[in-house]
Amino acid sequence: MADLYEIADLRLSLADMTRKPVFGAAPRMEILKGLSFTIPKGAVMGIVGGSGSGKSTLGRALVRLLQPSGGAVRFDGRDITHLDEAALRPLRRRFQMIFQDPMSSLNPRHTVGTIIAEPLRLHGFDDVAGRVGRALDHVGLPRGFAGRYPHELSGGQRQRVGIARAIAVEPDFILADEIVSGLDVSSQAQVLQLLERLVAELGLTLAFISHDLSVIRRLCSRVLVLYQGRIVENRETAALFASPEADYTRELLDAIPLPDPDQPWV
Amino acid sequence: MSFLQIENLSVRLKDGAPLLRNVSLAVAAGEVRGLVGESGAGKSMIGKAILGILPRAAQVTGGRILLDGTDLQALPPAERRRRIGASCALIPQDPLTALNPSRRVGPQITDRLVDILGWARPRAEARAAELLSEVQIADPGRVLRSYPHELSGGMRQRILIASAFAAEPKLIVADEPTTALDVTVQKQILRLIHDMQARHGTALLFVTHDLGVVSKICQRLSVLYAGMVVEDSPVRDFFAAPGHTYSAALLAATPKYTDPEASLTPVPEAVIAAVQAEVAEADRRAAHG
Amino acid sequence: MLDGRAMVRRRAGWRLWLSAGWLGVLVLAALLAPWIAPKDPLAQDLFLGRLPPFWVAGAEPGYYLGTDSLGRDVLSRILYGARLALIVAVVAGTVTCLLGATLGLMAGFLRGWADVVISRFIDIWMAFPPVLFSILLIAVIGPGLGSIILAIVVIDWTRFARVVRAEAMAQGAMDYVASARVAGRGRIGTMLREILPNVLPTVVVLLTLEMGIAVIVEAILSFVNLSISTDDPTWGGMIAEGRTSIHQAWWVLVFPLITLFLTVLAFSQLGEGLKDRYDPVLR
Repeated sequence: MADLYEIADLRLSLADMTRKPVFGAAPRMEILKGLSFTIPKGAVMGIVGGSGSGKSTLGRALVRLLQPSGGAVRFDGRDITHLDEAALRPLRRRFQMIFQDPMSSLNPRHTVGTIIAEPLRLHGFDDVAGRVGRALDHVGLPRGFAGRYPHELSGGQRQRVGIARAIAVEPDFILADEIVSGLDVSSQAQVLQLLERLVAELGLTLAFISHDLSVIRRLCSRVLVLYQGRIVENRETAALFASPEADYTRELLDAIPLPDPDQPWV
Repeated sequence: MSFLQIENLSVRLKDGAPLLRNVSLAVAAGEVRGLVGESGAGKSMIGKAILGILPRAAQVTGGRILLDGTDLQALPPAERRRRIGASCALIPQDPLTALNPSRRVGPQITDRLVDILGWARPRAEARAAELLSEVQIADPGRVLRSYPHELSGGMRQRILIASAFAAEPKLIVADEPTTALDVTVQKQILRLIHDMQARHGTALLFVTHDLGVVSKICQRLSVLYAGMVVEDSPVRDFFAAPGHTYSAALLAATPKYTDPEASLTPVPEAVIAAVQAEVAEADRRAAHG
Repeated sequence: MLDGRAMVRRRAGWRLWLSAGWLGVLVLAALLAPWIAPKDPLAQDLFLGRLPPFWVAGAEPGYYLGTDSLGRDVLSRILYGARLALIVAVVAGTVTCLLGATLGLMAGFLRGWADVVISRFIDIWMAFPPVLFSILLIAVIGPGLGSIILAIVVIDWTRFARVVRAEAMAQGAMDYVASARVAGRGRIGTMLREILPNVLPTVVVLLTLEMGIAVIVEAILSFVNLSISTDDPTWGGMIAEGRTSIHQAWWVLVFPLITLFLTVLAFSQLGEGLKDRYDPVLR
């Protein structure tokens, strides 16, 4: 099975604006410290870690919202590490992203229909209206929602609009950055079920960033555990939960409060 | 006799929309009670009604809140504030916005003791330092002199917990205190809250949407939907067999990595419809009764 | 959301109607002045000097709000004065807005060297004392309608730039902007399609405020005789003249003053009212 993504020794530093001197550049803070892994086609890859682990930064590097400082990112065999915006634009149709905060990821002054249609128009798709309707169907929202504004929808519905926007351009890969973290338990379950179905129906490759290992267990076939910018574990899901290798993974698992009063915990 | 007794509490928005529908619950002295529900269910609203910090657009339209036997609604406002201030405290959700960013941490803890409870400043300062050690902050002196933005999220939450226990309250309302924290930090903070509660014998009303957290720290729980209590059970009984279809559905939707297939199940439409019908029925009875 | 917004929305209706109503009346008055003004605003008749308004004893029929010390009809002069006030308000307000908002949007969203250059430019520009600057400008160029408008634009564009820059920066950090990038939109496109609609409500409020400010600035300039050089009536000029005869003929000062006040108030409320009515987020 071919790999959709090949990541080799990925490094990424960002300017630490809190320590910027008055004159001169801010010192660089290394967020990703040399990551190497692959994402096979059709896989659902979980990326888990605490805050400061670099998981969001890794996600943004995969969809080239950020430019790596070192190493290489290959997408479907092609090196996209240092491509400029013009070269990336035609490729962008193939990797999409869904964001964490349903409130700020949709333009509050665009209708749902406009929001989903934007990427379609940018990439020159025909029958935009039809595709928008079908995308809404796919995520289980009534077509009439196309005329509504984001603030008229619930958090779960907004998140589904974000998913519709991502799948409308028929991408090969989707990055889901903590997309259920801000949702109610029932909305979370619905969105996850939707995602499972879409991955199967549309043959998507998915990278799912989350801090919640329980969600990852249900959805993902492989798991990448990050700690302070490094990969500490990269295994198949079942194996990781059966016998975690890294100390940090064990710490994460132990910390999770399961809905079970008999779990040895506090 | 319970320390906190809420009887048929109803709260509405000024334009008529109900926020709490006939809520009743009792918390004994030293007990930990969970308030569970999704967003908008009204769990935070109960805590706010007790502490007298309801939003301006909301008002109590019925029922009583009895704190240690005294009906809070019947007291004049100044007296009510004094009573609440003397015996209750809040651990808020967001450690970032709960602390004043332009003042040092120390005065924020001691001001309450000095201005409202009338303590002498040296005694208040000593108590603040003592509390910070109790919440396992090394070097309390340095932390008291720091500004909030100089401290981590976990540290700030510890300070808020310390601050809540400062005046030895009889009841603490913890409003989603760990929702904004990393899972490893959450475990430490929950353990801390549990230990402090046990040590000080404080009653705790723990508001959360996370049933996992409830199973670790609470002895009883109330499940809320649209401002109405649908279940009120001891925790052990609840997790063995929930007493209401809605709460059973919530439990089935809760993530549980030890049982991936049976958890994360969406709440069925039929269950929602049924509980909404219950709410409508309750409204009908209230309008006519 | 339990905030006061629900209550504000109910009151916004009359705010918009009253302010738009007053400004509408003013626009009509300015356009139709030659036909509806009861008297010639420039006609002097010393025998008819300092006549009181129609409800006071000693008034002359036809001079509804009285006359000034040269016998000129106050009401007609106010109607004609509205022309200058509105032209200055609309033109100066709009040009200031376009210049300031565009630079602010570019600085706030594009960041980088565009921000560095524009921000330093704003800082240096704002260091000039505004009133002295405008007087200097007019002294150099000479009085006239163009000079007034230029003076207002030159002073006030920085207000727009600063505020719009801050808004653009805040919006630029939102996820929907990142989403547009992921979708493949270029920077200029994102600035216009995504940021601009979200910055527009603030711009509209500032624009209407600026129009009100323009009216006041013009009034101040004509008060100190630096406005247009002809005899055409201006509200500021009338107030200046009325100052000298305030004890004998208070109406010469008071009526243009009230008109000025109501007009500026109407402009400020218009912006807020438009925002409340048309911003989809507040509906």
